[in-house]
Amino acid sequence: MRKRWLKIPAAWITPLGVIGAVIAVAWVGIAFTARLWVPFDPLAQDLPRLQAPGIDTLMGTDALGRDIFSRLMTGAGVTIPLALMLVVMSLLVGTLIGAIAGYFGKWVDELLMRLTDLVMAFPTVILAMVVAAALGPSLFNAVIAAFVVSWPQYARMTRSIVLGLRTQNYVMAGRLMGFSPFKTLRVDIAPNVVGPILVLASLDVGTAILLLSGLSFLGLGAQPPTPEWGSMISAAIQNFDSWWIGLFPGLAILTVVMAFNFVGDSLRDIFDPTSQVSRAGARS
Amino acid sequence: MIDAPTPESADAASAASTPVLTVDGLTIGIGSRNNVKSIVKGISLALTPGRVQGLAGESGSGKTVTSLAMLGLLPSNAVVGGSIRLTDPEGGDTELVGMSHRQLNEIRGRRIAMIFQDPSSSLHPQLTVGVQLTDHVTRHLKLSKKQAREHAIGLLDRVRVPNPAEALGRYPHQFSGGQRQRIAIAIALACDPVVLLADEPTTALDVTVQAGILHLLRDLADERQLAVLLVTHDLGVMSAIADDIAVMRHGEIVESNVRHNIFANPQHAYTRELLSSLPGAEGFQEVSE
Amino acid sequence: MSELLEVSDLVIEYHGATVVRAVDEVSLTIAPGEVLALVGESGCGKSSLARAVVGMEKPRSGAVTYRDAEVPLLGVRRRKAQFTSIQMVFQDPNSSLNPRIRVGQQISEGIRAAVERGAEGSQPEEWLERVGLPTTMVSRYAHELSGGQRQRVAIARALAARPDLLVADEPISALDASSQASVADMMRKLALDAGAGLLFISHDLAIVRLIADRTVVMYRGKIVESGVSDLIWNDPVHPYTRALISAIPEPDGKGILPAAPAAEAPEEWRLTMPEALNRV
Repeated sequence: MRKRWLKIPAAWITPLGVIGAVIAVAWVGIAFTARLWVPFDPLAQDLPRLQAPGIDTLMGTDALGRDIFSRLMTGAGVTIPLALMLVVMSLLVGTLIGAIAGYFGKWVDELLMRLTDLVMAFPTVILAMVVAAALGPSLFNAVIAAFVVSWPQYARMTRSIVLGLRTQNYVMAGRLMGFSPFKTLRVDIAPNVVGPILVLASLDVGTAILLLSGLSFLGLGAQPPTPEWGSMISAAIQNFDSWWIGLFPGLAILTVVMAFNFVGDSLRDIFDPTSQVSRAGARS
Repeated sequence: MIDAPTPESADAASAASTPVLTVDGLTIGIGSRNNVKSIVKGISLALTPGRVQGLAGESGSGKTVTSLAMLGLLPSNAVVGGSIRLTDPEGGDTELVGMSHRQLNEIRGRRIAMIFQDPSSSLHPQLTVGVQLTDHVTRHLKLSKKQAREHAIGLLDRVRVPNPAEALGRYPHQFSGGQRQRIAIAIALACDPVVLLADEPTTALDVTVQAGILHLLRDLADERQLAVLLVTHDLGVMSAIADDIAVMRHGEIVESNVRHNIFANPQHAYTRELLSSLPGAEGFQEVSE
Repeated sequence: MSELLEVSDLVIEYHGATVVRAVDEVSLTIAPGEVLALVGESGCGKSSLARAVVGMEKPRSGAVTYRDAEVPLLGVRRRKAQFTSIQMVFQDPNSSLNPRIRVGQQISEGIRAAVERGAEGSQPEEWLERVGLPTTMVSRYAHELSGGQRQRVAIARALAARPDLLVADEPISALDASSQASVADMMRKLALDAGAGLLFISHDLAIVRLIADRTVVMYRGKIVESGVSDLIWNDPVHPYTRALISAIPEPDGKGILPAAPAAEAPEEWRLTMPEALNRV
């Protein structure tokens, strides 16, 4: 299995997947290096105000005379790492809770699943808003708010996979051999959960970026003068005729969300059990 | 419909010896354009009315794919070569290979019917047995509702489903596995086909139930002059009802003969291996994988 | 007591819309080095019984005793070492092996269970050899093997734990006809070599006859006939056993249809006949 991961079969390479991967990698690269090469200080307010895109300022300037290109590029460094962190956190916590619920069952399952139901019963953005408002507006609190609403889907998915695996014969065989619960989870269950969870996570990066920028847009996330995409769009509302202020951050969000969705979709094709079945079926 | 053989029906007997379905040099490959995996490598078979042609082989030998090809039910990436010719006593010659889906739909279920290993998956769980039986009939035979109902009751009675009139109003899950297979057979017979393809028809059934289904299949072949293709890995089943047996391995027919000769005097080494692997008083040996 | 396994008055029920009694007061014993076959048609309760023997099913009443100790339910907790000498081979070879772990490693888990119990250690290759597979298969994954090979690996893994009771639930029914008899025979030999008792569950009387010392025939949750295999095969007493044996089509090429029961599930099959039980 490990060997096959290194050598990607040609059938798995889809045009959209490749485009998505290239864009996603480019954005992540920008996110971590932008501060080193952007032409202007993203916070400096020393350029002419509301200047249309041109040779000096590629994407124009905003109402405070800041270079939008520089703010956009450094803004990637704000949103994307936080979104990735958010996904990793939700994944770890959600998977652990889901695995425990699915494996131990009974009242443990009941308790944990009612908890996830509780969270899932609220519309995501509304609940995140409530949490962010309660904790006070800051980017860090926005991440916590987003975390509160995003772990349950991992818990749900992991639980359903574990429930299916728990009665698999090889899991039973391991337990007859005296595996401890922890060993069963580690050896027989975890490796078979990884694939689907990775797919979910890669699809979720886009959602996380949307959620974080959404909260910032509403003023519950990044605070001025942090160059965050959502708050940049929010600022554009006050200068509606200067189209460039809102357009470019909007395009940034669009491209990065789509890129991660494309990657997630092609990962889904790779891990799809039916495609594995057809490959195994062709052999026998 | 078909009377018991009498001296007058001598020409019927001679008609019976001409095949209704002739498979000639059939090849089936599955895969994309430059990567076709050959599943069936040029096999020939002939199905004659009133005879049960057995197709034996292990899983992966290509026997199921062969029967699916006769119904045009192969996946869209299958490449089929050779010929499958239906010589319908009612309507002349038809070549099935390369036929359009619409034309095949006319033949499938009407002239060539099929029953599968698992009757619960071939019956619609949400429709009553009556609907499933009469739907076919009203569509293909253009019968009125009342006629169709009577026809359906007759069929269920023939396959020995108890209380046929009442059974029409029940759903498949209300019947036992054996009864479900009988109902599937009734549906297959509804349009009075000339060819019946039976793919492992008793494999999912208990042995006591299997015995009843085998009796039924044999009787139907005899009285309706059905040409039956029996696909099975079970040599016991084969021995019970097949008249002729073809043994398949790796997409080829390695041996084909009348039943008695296959069992008493197998020519091909693989046939001998298969026979010697059976549990017998003399002990058994292993077939190399 | 000399018995390895004793099942006494076991009752298993499933509670759904109605209560289904899958196993109805069944008692049986297995001695070390004995092969006991449990035969019957689908739904007769033989698989439920097998699962109860290893602790995967909770009995409604009755007891499963292994070496004078009640077999505990296979719950969430780690199974005690004294019970890892009960091993099981499952029907479906496709789900018997972990798809992400190499064959050799999975057999090693069996070996580890044996060593933890204080038994002798061994190498995965030895077990592969014993089940007739090439030793190079240690580095393979389940999806690279055929169904028959997977089942052999599952048998090797169970045997590597050095069980003295091996429960096999329809271990051959998913295999090709040509390898069924040989795998069944191999299981008998390997279990006996290890001095273990073998509970072999099957619906195939023809194969059971060849490998089982004693046979138990179940119908609708009850034992209808039991005793020495040859006696049951050659001279069945109970009407159900008779119907079962005469329904088996003989692969002799003579074109003889097997006898079909006159009705589906006749009443007489449910008779209790004391003279059909424990025949010696």
